[in-house]
Amino acid sequence: MEAENSAVTVKDLRGVSCPMNLVHTKVELAKIAAGALLRIILDNGPPIKNVPGSLAEEGHEIVRQEQNPDSSWTVLIRKGA
Amino acid sequence: MINFTDAQLERYSRHIILREVGVEGQEKILRSRILIIGAGGLGSPAILYLAAAGVGTIGIVDYDTVDMTNLQRQIVHFTGDLNTSKVDSAAEKMRAINPEVRVRTYHVNLCADTISEIIKDYDFIIDGSDNFPTKFLVNDACVLANIPFSHGGILRFDGQAMTVVPGRSACYRCIFSKPPPLDAVPTCSQAGVLGVIAGILGTIQATEALKYVIGIGELLTDRLLTFNAMNMEFRKVVLKKQENCPVCGSNPTITKLMDEEQAVCAPAGPGRPAC
Repeated sequence: MEAENSAVTVKDLRGVSCPMNLVHTKVELAKIAAGALLRIILDNGPPIKNVPGSLAEEGHEIVRQEQNPDSSWTVLIRKGA
Repeated sequence: MINFTDAQLERYSRHIILREVGVEGQEKILRSRILIIGAGGLGSPAILYLAAAGVGTIGIVDYDTVDMTNLQRQIVHFTGDLNTSKVDSAAEKMRAINPEVRVRTYHVNLCADTISEIIKDYDFIIDGSDNFPTKFLVNDACVLANIPFSHGGILRFDGQAMTVVPGRSACYRCIFSKPPPLDAVPTCSQAGVLGVIAGILGTIQATEALKYVIGIGELLTDRLLTFNAMNMEFRKVVLKKQENCPVCGSNPTITKLMDEEQAVCAPAGPGRPAC
């Protein structure tokens, strides 16, 4: 878990609304290999309600999502094949 | 990987969101080169949608100028474009929609001597021509050059389209071995055409071009799609590549390009249909 934390690219998408937050996430995922991890930060509300589901539908794994003190969410994604 | 600008990500966001397109698919579109033969009824929607989609290079071939009778269906041309060349009129609209598209115009009459040099730089061809000699010429040239293309045709309330991937699927000559006798089939200028039919079929052709360059879905190969607006019916006629096809069969008799009768290289004039 510690290694996972340090190696992962982080994309801060706070203030980016739907669907551009999904678009930016897909751009980041396109840069990494299948099986690699990406961490994104999403606003509370529609972004956290929509983006993880869309990513799961595309075959990526939502490893976990946790709410931050500022109400935003940190989502860890493993890129699908 | 292409480094998309924020403006590009916004412009193409609805493509990128699609699972089957995504970042990779949009990159393929941006790198693709598509030639549109005829900036008329079929070519108009194809030109507009492909420019909007971000196709990297779009070529347009047309020798005609914009005429009042074109405006009812050739939606890339506006009333203010009357008497200007169709390729220039179309190029201006494409640049207005999407300045990133590289536009190449060919203000020529397509004929056996000129076609090969033009099509060789493209990944996919849309045939939006309005006469049989050109349709056969495009088929033969694309088969010989091994370039996939979309055939389209419209008349009255009907339209048809098919996609040809040379060597893999039936070509236009597998179905129609030679052009019909002169005057056996009326032209749009003689028989009329409901303007929107051009939009429907030209948009189907643009869809095939995009599917091909992205590499998704099933192309309209080995099937002739026919459309009738009166009963709003689409039908697919299953076709087969013909062993004895004069151009793509095992013993072809057409091995170099020639112009069919009905001189396509004749200058534009009252005798030429204006679909």
